[in-house]
Amino acid sequence: MILSSYKARAAGIAGVIVVAIGIAGCGSSSSSSAPGVSATSITFGSHQPLTGPAAPGYSEIAPASQAFFDYLNAQGGIYGRKIHLTYKDDAYNPAQTVNVVHELVLQDKVFGIFEGLGTPTHTKVVGFLNSSKVPDMSVASGCPCWDNGTSQPYTYGWQPNYTIEGKILGQYIKQHFAGKKIGVFYQDDDFGNGGLTGIKDEVPASQIVSAQAYQPGGTNVAPQISAIKAAGAQVLVDFTVPIYTALGQLASFTLGYTPQLVVSNVGIDPTTVGGLLKTFSKGKAGTALIEGAITDGYLPSTADLSNPWVALFKKIHDRYDASAPFDGNVEYGMADAYTLAQALQVAGKNLTRQGLINAVNTTGSKLLGPGLVPFRYSKSNHGGYGGTEIGQVRNGQIVLFGGPLVTDPTSSGPITPYTTAQPAPPASGVSVP
Amino acid sequence: MNTVLARIQGSHNTLARSLGLVVFAGAVLFIASEALGAYNELQLANGAYYFAVLAGLTVLTGLSGQISLGHGALMAVGAYTVALLIGNEQWPLVPALLAAVALTTLVGIAVGAAATRLRGPYLAGATLAFAIGLPALADKYTGTFGGENGLVVNPPTPPSWLGANFPLERWEAWIAGLGALVVLFVMNNLVRSGVGRSFRAVRDDEIAASLCGLRVARVQTLAFVLSAACAGLGGGLLTVVLQLASPGAFQLELSLSLLTAIVLGGLGSLLGAVWGAAVLVLLPSWTNDIAHSFSLSTGVSANMPLAIYGLVLITAMLVWPSGIQGGVRAVVSRVGKRRGPRAKGAAP
Repeated sequence: MILSSYKARAAGIAGVIVVAIGIAGCGSSSSSSAPGVSATSITFGSHQPLTGPAAPGYSEIAPASQAFFDYLNAQGGIYGRKIHLTYKDDAYNPAQTVNVVHELVLQDKVFGIFEGLGTPTHTKVVGFLNSSKVPDMSVASGCPCWDNGTSQPYTYGWQPNYTIEGKILGQYIKQHFAGKKIGVFYQDDDFGNGGLTGIKDEVPASQIVSAQAYQPGGTNVAPQISAIKAAGAQVLVDFTVPIYTALGQLASFTLGYTPQLVVSNVGIDPTTVGGLLKTFSKGKAGTALIEGAITDGYLPSTADLSNPWVALFKKIHDRYDASAPFDGNVEYGMADAYTLAQALQVAGKNLTRQGLINAVNTTGSKLLGPGLVPFRYSKSNHGGYGGTEIGQVRNGQIVLFGGPLVTDPTSSGPITPYTTAQPAPPASGVSVP
Repeated sequence: MNTVLARIQGSHNTLARSLGLVVFAGAVLFIASEALGAYNELQLANGAYYFAVLAGLTVLTGLSGQISLGHGALMAVGAYTVALLIGNEQWPLVPALLAAVALTTLVGIAVGAAATRLRGPYLAGATLAFAIGLPALADKYTGTFGGENGLVVNPPTPPSWLGANFPLERWEAWIAGLGALVVLFVMNNLVRSGVGRSFRAVRDDEIAASLCGLRVARVQTLAFVLSAACAGLGGGLLTVVLQLASPGAFQLELSLSLLTAIVLGGLGSLLGAVWGAAVLVLLPSWTNDIAHSFSLSTGVSANMPLAIYGLVLITAMLVWPSGIQGGVRAVVSRVGKRRGPRAKGAAP
């Protein structure tokens, strides 16, 4: 008996060694000069909230990007290379993001990371990606923390930085809700804080009567909404992801609180928020709870099918991504994919990681496409779109009005109209300057 | 290798045997880390800190018979201690890890003292409450603990004598591996000592044990505190490897999967804890790969890994009721029986 247990232990140790050697075998690395790229393909990786608190709505983004790449690949890709996106679930959990991104870079050997989603998540891998010199394109978050091209030469934002958004929303509040009491409901991280900073840049401090934060993950936001109501706020500004916009509105409804709602672009997609409201209220509520909300957009509204970009994306959606609803998240994924394809086109046939970085640094600010405003890209500034247009939820759809505005995230930077007309999409492929 | 093992196993001196085992395991870890690619080194580091936790937990549950659903929270104590000491106070690594162990030991004494007054499902319930409640503190005191955003620490820098291009992942694997070896040494000694025997005595029959002069409550508390210290070290190493301490890493799922891992590996066995750590590290990426190999809609494939995980768990429990190590033991003893008579027959 004792002998057999020794043998068992020995066999166990031997088994562990076999597993270790097995892992070693899997780890054999091919030392190519640029990982993830061959003559016929290029692979990017991404971390996405396919499950968890940010999944509703946002989980549609990466499949939509892949759908746009499928459309390009069917036309031969970029320089004959087909673009693939390997996206993995991190459940909006920073600890999982770290694992997933290491796996993508070290194991799957992707060329770069594209559209990694989330502020609390992506901030945990920026250091690793930059020290490994892996291109970190179009982070799907408007955190101001992606803008510094000097300290983070490999990371780029894409959507307008939350401070820019906060400033433009703040200016609208200052002009149209003058003297009214403002309450802010925001996510307790760089996303919410960035937005709050922008609002404070424009709206006099005495007007902001309450600012309440929530932690992503909890489900009870009644205490925050009650506090904002108790402070007498007549305007409620949300810097929230869609699920918290919905929870906040349900809490307001329960409390009989009906302020003028203002929501950041990332938290208002009517299809997503309306669907969540319907689910949470078991069919009793819907987009009616966000009707009339003021918001902003930097891409044409998906309701505007007369816009040639929206028409193109709808066509691609119906062909390659029909199982998802055609909403703002899908448009986001496709527009983002278009920008990456443009950058790859500019980077040229002999693609290297540094080549892609150089392409965005030199030409990025001239890349025009589905966006209503230009990018801010330069060698030192890696911030994405430089502005937005004010909009409103009318009949359950976002209607943009007043023309695009551009600014920078500093408190003194003026807000100016942007009048250059949007170019039409090319008949095929991508067009670059 | 057989003679080395035989010598290790044949020795009657527990201390020498543990040392031999640790040297052997260290050599295997070292060779593995040299042969592996960067990602596998990271997996090795992950496996090493999981082992540190599982070794303590398997002794607690397998030897002293107490079920804890709160070890994820104990890991969080260790992780946040290291993150605060390294990130804010600029402590060096080793003292920070020792402080993590010390603080978790203190928490373990408090929880363990309460735990010994509870039995079976009530103990599980109390530790469950601990696992759910503690990570919420991070959201409550965001100024100190950083909320859901978590605390970020700088990666450990490999010493210069290892060369400028020494991979960070390998250095992390070494640090975590060394921590795991310390736990292996202590635990291997312990389970073969009088303390280990008193754990088993209390597990098997508390009344008989107390009649033999063992103070049951004290023995149980000791087991809990020891496993808490291991969890603290494991949590501290997690912070070093992930460079992050955030509540998301210490959800209830972690505590449950730790318990699952020791049962799946083989309850009460340190080698079982090695298998358990391997399961924790490798199974999630395997289930992900399987889920993505089918072309399913995102909504289905995103939730597939959990379903596959459950399926693997059920199958494993049906096939190896005493865990992977139990399965290995059964196979070995069957082979041994078959060989036994033949060997005798061959003898003159």
